[in-house]
Amino acid sequence: MQGLYAVFRKELADHFSSYRFVILFALIAMVSFITSYVAGLHLKEGLEGVAKPKFVFLMLFNTPGALFSMVQFGAFFGPLIGIVLGFDAINKERAQGTLIKITSQPIYRDAVINGKFLAGVVTISIMLLSIVLVISGFGLTLVGVVPGVEEIWRLFIYLIISIFYISFWLGLSILFSILFKSIATSALASVALWIFLSFFVTLGATVVANAVAPLNAKEGTSPEILLKNTTVKERISLFSPMVLYTDASTIIINPMRKTTQSLILMGPMERISASRFENPLSFAQSLIVVYPHVTALIAITLICFAISYLVFMLQEIRT
Amino acid sequence: MVTDDSVVVQTKDLTKQYGNQVAVNHLSFTLREGEIFGFLGPNGAGKTTTLLMLMGLTRPSSGEAVVCGLDPVRRAKDVKRIIGYMPENVGFYPELDAVQSLEYIAALNGIPESEARNKIDEFLELVGLKDEAYKKVANFSRGMKQRLGIAEVLIKDPKVLFLDEPTLGLDPEAALNLIDLIVRLKEEHNMTVLLSSHHLHQVQRMSDRVGIMINGTMVAQGTLDQLSKEKFGLGDKTYSLEEIYLKYFREG
Ligand SMILES: Nc1ncnc2c1ncn2[C@@H]1O[C@H](COP(=O)(O)OP(=O)(O)O)[C@@H](O)[C@H]1O
Ligand SMILES: [Mg+2]
Repeated sequence: MQGLYAVFRKELADHFSSYRFVILFALIAMVSFITSYVAGLHLKEGLEGVAKPKFVFLMLFNTPGALFSMVQFGAFFGPLIGIVLGFDAINKERAQGTLIKITSQPIYRDAVINGKFLAGVVTISIMLLSIVLVISGFGLTLVGVVPGVEEIWRLFIYLIISIFYISFWLGLSILFSILFKSIATSALASVALWIFLSFFVTLGATVVANAVAPLNAKEGTSPEILLKNTTVKERISLFSPMVLYTDASTIIINPMRKTTQSLILMGPMERISASRFENPLSFAQSLIVVYPHVTALIAITLICFAISYLVFMLQEIRT
Repeated sequence: MVTDDSVVVQTKDLTKQYGNQVAVNHLSFTLREGEIFGFLGPNGAGKTTTLLMLMGLTRPSSGEAVVCGLDPVRRAKDVKRIIGYMPENVGFYPELDAVQSLEYIAALNGIPESEARNKIDEFLELVGLKDEAYKKVANFSRGMKQRLGIAEVLIKDPKVLFLDEPTLGLDPEAALNLIDLIVRLKEEHNMTVLLSSHHLHQVQRMSDRVGIMINGTMVAQGTLDQLSKEKFGLGDKTYSLEEIYLKYFREG
């Protein structure tokens, strides 16, 4: 325990005093400011003389600001935070010869990897929490809306999901820092996997779906084929942590969204009734909708860390 | 193995194999309290591997080892509490100063902060780094780093020091300085030291006994006198360690 605490404290201090953290934080804070500020302005205009919708506060997070909403920004940029905090966790210590020195102290070896991972998770949590608080502050002053209890709960769940999402990338980059002796290699491998899982999987999903169930633009596609195409596409996309996260966080932040499915086939009558009786999903219902996504996200994060843990415990440390 | 109280380290047929390669081959030796034992041998002789096995950082393929009555394989954490290990080319966090480096090691050893403070002052003084206490390690010379390394191993109050190539890469003056320090630790603090080196003169200067390792096998061990007699027969002349070592080395 004393070993874990010592490593944790050192790593945390390192993160908060490192240039890379300061730069990263400044960048994220800047984008968040601008995004939520612009979103706030849009909201203010849009709500002029209109009865306020129920979840105005959350709209700060899911209304596109300059180019994207906060939620989209997190999905895109979050992995980079995890990667930056973890890509040289182990191999840097190995290269400078401090790893053997630490492990020859009276601690269990897993204290090193646990301490590093925990410090990363806490850094991520503090970062996200402060950003959410800043945006909330904007909301209060700019738009003049006070979050309701349910909105606070939704934000809280959103925070938790985001922490796991970014921690997945932290775990993955730590794994690479164990596997690759070179710091440049592990950084590159992390970024490559990030690009692959975030962008190429969705692209691949579309390709596969079109091969399995080709859409016919000219003559129109039968509903069965259309359904199959979408199902295949969505199933494959779930292999992308970004899709998992985006699905989960949009549902939580936007109560008007009722399903993670993108395709809803409705006839004209259904459509009219749907728009007429549009009501937000209750918090509990939203949770049920995203439950599988959140579980999957937590699972891949834990699996990723468990693999790092095992590899590290089995590796011989000589330097 | 039967060990008495004065035995700090004892091994019997300790062996480590990497695939087909035998890094350490049936090594048996004893280290007694208050002595400096020098492991001698060329690069790749198995010195580092032996030290790692004694600390439970590497698992022996066969054979036994006991450190202060403890089995390093099963009681790795307790063994690491007793042993102060300075690795070959000991590394530091360049962004920390000497005091911060020592504070981290103290924290890893569970030493309370107030106690650590006093010890840090004491050992920085002992190794002659008092004036460099708040200088970043990045700006340290190699000799200063080695001395800081010694302070780091002393802070945990070890029963025995394992120093892996402590004088490697030091200029002659810095090396002498360090050897002086090691001998002083033995004489004034009754420290037991196991060190490895391929610098014959330096080992000869400080060791009570030496063991010559070649290709994983310890071909001879004892005091300089004993080795000299063993290899060159009885005579008035005492041979230098270098002569003895070369004779062993050539004969394989
Ligand atoms: N992980 C490993 N895999 C294979 N061989 C190794 C490994 N580590 C060390 N060796 C071999 O073990 C032998 C002893 O190495 P070492 O104990 O470092 O020697 P020394 O410290 O005396 O220079 C060397 O021949 C080295 O190549
Ligand atoms: Mg060595």
